[in-house]
Amino acid sequence: MKEIRGRIYGVAGPTVVVKGMEGPTMNTVCLVGKDGLLGEIIRIKDELVTLQVYEDTGGLSLNEEVVSHALPLSVKLGPGLLTNIFDGIQRPLRKIRELTGGFISKGVKTPALDLERVWGFEPLKKAGESVSPGDVLGVVQETARIALKIMVPPGVSGVIKEIKGDGVSGSEPVCVLEDGTGIDLYQDWPVRMPRPFQYKLPPEVPFKTGQRVFDTLLPVAEGGTAIVPGGFGTGKTVVEQTIAKYATCDIVIYVGCGERGNEMSEILTDFPELKDPSTNLPLSLRTVIVVNTSNMPVAAREASIFTGITIAEYYRDMGYSVALLADSISRWAEALREISSRLEEMPGEEGFPPYLATNLGGFYERSGRVKCLGDGERTGSITVISAVSPPGGDFSEPVTQASLRFAGSLWALDPDLAYRRHFPAVNWLASFSLYHSELSGWFRDEIAPDMMDLRGRLYSLLQRQTELKDIIQIIGVEALQESDRLTLEVANMARESFLKQSVFNESDAFNTYEKQYWMLKTIFSFMDAAASALKRGVFIETLLESPLRTRIIKMQNTPNEGYPKAAEELIAAIENEFSMIEEK
Amino acid sequence: MDLITREYRTVTTLSGPLLFAGKISGGSLGEMCVINVPGGKKRTGQILQLMGDYAIVQVLQGTSGIDSDAASVVPTGETAKIGVSTDAFGRVFNGFGEPIDSLPHIIPARYMELTGLPMNPASRQKPDFFIQTGISAIDGLNTLVRGQKLPIFSGAGLPANELALQIVRQAKVAEAESFAVILGAMGITSREAFFFRRALKETGAMERTIAFINEVSDPAIERLFTPRIALTTAEYLAFDKGYHVMVVLTDMTAYCDSLREIGSAREEIPGRRSYPGYMYTDLASIYERAGRLKGGTGSITLMPILTMPDDDITHPIPDLSGYITEGQIVLSRSLNRKGIYPPIDVLPCLSRLMNLGIGKGKTRDGHRKLADALYSAYARGIDVRRLVTIVGEEGLTELDRKYLAFSDEFERRFIGQGLEERSIDATLDLGVELLNTVPERELIPTTRKG
Repeated sequence: MKEIRGRIYGVAGPTVVVKGMEGPTMNTVCLVGKDGLLGEIIRIKDELVTLQVYEDTGGLSLNEEVVSHALPLSVKLGPGLLTNIFDGIQRPLRKIRELTGGFISKGVKTPALDLERVWGFEPLKKAGESVSPGDVLGVVQETARIALKIMVPPGVSGVIKEIKGDGVSGSEPVCVLEDGTGIDLYQDWPVRMPRPFQYKLPPEVPFKTGQRVFDTLLPVAEGGTAIVPGGFGTGKTVVEQTIAKYATCDIVIYVGCGERGNEMSEILTDFPELKDPSTNLPLSLRTVIVVNTSNMPVAAREASIFTGITIAEYYRDMGYSVALLADSISRWAEALREISSRLEEMPGEEGFPPYLATNLGGFYERSGRVKCLGDGERTGSITVISAVSPPGGDFSEPVTQASLRFAGSLWALDPDLAYRRHFPAVNWLASFSLYHSELSGWFRDEIAPDMMDLRGRLYSLLQRQTELKDIIQIIGVEALQESDRLTLEVANMARESFLKQSVFNESDAFNTYEKQYWMLKTIFSFMDAAASALKRGVFIETLLESPLRTRIIKMQNTPNEGYPKAAEELIAAIENEFSMIEEK
Repeated sequence: MDLITREYRTVTTLSGPLLFAGKISGGSLGEMCVINVPGGKKRTGQILQLMGDYAIVQVLQGTSGIDSDAASVVPTGETAKIGVSTDAFGRVFNGFGEPIDSLPHIIPARYMELTGLPMNPASRQKPDFFIQTGISAIDGLNTLVRGQKLPIFSGAGLPANELALQIVRQAKVAEAESFAVILGAMGITSREAFFFRRALKETGAMERTIAFINEVSDPAIERLFTPRIALTTAEYLAFDKGYHVMVVLTDMTAYCDSLREIGSAREEIPGRRSYPGYMYTDLASIYERAGRLKGGTGSITLMPILTMPDDDITHPIPDLSGYITEGQIVLSRSLNRKGIYPPIDVLPCLSRLMNLGIGKGKTRDGHRKLADALYSAYARGIDVRRLVTIVGEEGLTELDRKYLAFSDEFERRFIGQGLEERSIDATLDLGVELLNTVPERELIPTTRKG
């Protein structure tokens, strides 16, 4: 192995300058100083090489040795990722806890995955068969939820000479080809290089979050990207966590990028106990956590989202639908800014480096629904949902704006709604989804022919309510036309019953599309029946005092299984009652 | 430490709080130095950056009066450390950990690094233990739990310090024996310092308190060390000795201003409002030290106080703090003007960990729903209040009037409790009572049952 050495020439924040390296390679890793801290080469200028160091640089002295093996920053892929928790450079945090206790000491070295562990292996190929990249050699049951496919790595092909029958581990190859190439249980993959696939597929299937305001009003497609910007306290993290809990997908990669430690302890404690609504198995069995809290080294925070998405790609390549939840992408951008400023690069807007958007695009574009490499016609997807933390809640700042260029859905969070405890605090008028036309075919075929019409009606209702509110500010509610008062009241009902959703209410936390559709249908049945009663001359007050109104608002408390029955009964009751009301 | 002391008489540049020394061989990032100033007191410095053969040293006491030819720099071979011991209870120190109460130095049980190590997220114990502060706006609506970091966002002239002390006093009762308080004061006036010392004595909390006080007149750079000294001491008490430590840091605004001073002296590219771009990370290295460890008995609960310049919650200091901390308690000038104490503006307040600390077996079943109903009714009342200023009371519906009355009563009785100490039951009962005045059906899907 190539080995080059140098000595520390300067230290500033998370960057270290090294002198005396011969033939260094960009973006390869080095071991820095007597503790062997991990660093990555990010600039080569004449005889000076600059590294970003993934651990705390405090205590580094001049002239300490730096060693490079010219290898890129990589992650270890294989069984044992699920249920695990890693830091930004894939160091296993539970293992580190065993080694160093409550706090993370510097220079801890331990393999990301337990390479010695023996896994049950079920081969799908035989000696003599020829294989090419992506072909599935066999299956390891990684958790009760997920069967991990052992694939031929990109760039490897040939005829199988020998393949293991049962127990496999990292110590010897799972399969040996005729030319002597061994295929291991574990693969290393550079984090900054996207893993290959055959081709991308159009975003025609919705990613089901189970949250009404997202699924119906602002859907994101499987393989799409959504961003969740919002000032502090608007509930970004709750949105991310709710999706991690209730989304219908195979794998969740949760990247806690520069956020709070206590929130992670919540996930770690709750996920093994909570059940995945689609399989009823513990959530932890489908989850990988990558966490670099705000007080952990800033360069590792920069790496964390790439570590996360590389793991996501690995599962995508097996044909799974993967959700990557990044909280928060702004902290990643700030890490980039901090390192850039230590390099004394010319700053762009707000001090962020000019390549912010390029790097961000490189991350977001690794999402997508793809036809995987290899046999078996596998389709996999990565849906990226990232929180954005704009300073002062001002969306005009560079990270939000750059993210908007790549996002298919914008879920804009609004402090005013959060103050009223309306959650998810999504401002429906400021948000958008670019996927709804591509998804409309799916909605029509899979849910109901009028699903998109109802969605359109909801949108115009909410829009009209905003206009009416402006008018009320001037003339008061009493002065409104009766039909407008009805619009206002139905919009309020829609907000209370449909847009608001409680994650603490068991029967409401996760909604199927069927329930969402029937709730909408009921609300508009009420509106139509009330409107025709108004036309007949019934007083608006009489209509609003109807106990049906309360029943509609409480519809969310009926669990998914109760639909469509609950809605059909309610609609019948509405029609019945409103047609009987006497005219004035 | 080396047996041979290296002494560098190579000061090339002095600029604000920074000193540049050349021809340094050795020296490590974060190393403490002694700066010998002929004819003057020794000063303390810390290496901020190393490049080639020169070091940038921040001088705690500032560079005023240093002669670049005569002064010398002696690296100590040590990083910044503090000697900790339970003997420090009842004592008052300056912002750098030296006694200022005319008593001798303590004998440390242990020396600990000020920067601390990041707590392993996998070692954190989920915070779920309710702390009764006796204040309705907090206990009822924004519940504090052990291991949380919950700042008070204040404005100039608002009673944040009084509120913090009231919380400390009342929480003390609930936490009993294993309770400890650490005060880290940065850039406070001598009047405030006097207030804290007196108030802590009067409440009887002093024998459970360790105070680190950096006054306005003390060196500004010292302020960068004060919160870290306070938290390192807290970590010792919590994780070595099993105390439930409440750390009050005031005023984080002064801390951030010192950070900005260093940043601009280093000619760094400034971020928003000239604060350094890494301020988020820097503040996180303070705030994130709150928490509990698995298998440990103690906890660190952190209550930083900061002054929002011009009451602006989007100013970088409250903004970045709010992004790191687990909620915020916001004080309101208009409530304060109305004579409501504590003047807590509940709408922008938040406790992110509230749900972990409330409910059956902790406070009361239905606590969450009650809090949501109060919030929703109060928010509606505030809307109506705004409407009244435009359309007058006549333009209101009967229902609107009820909300208007509710919001007034809510402010007067629920928030404005004065110095009364309220049990959680009294708080929740009052909430239910107030909600009775607004129609049940308007609060759906929440219920009024306690």
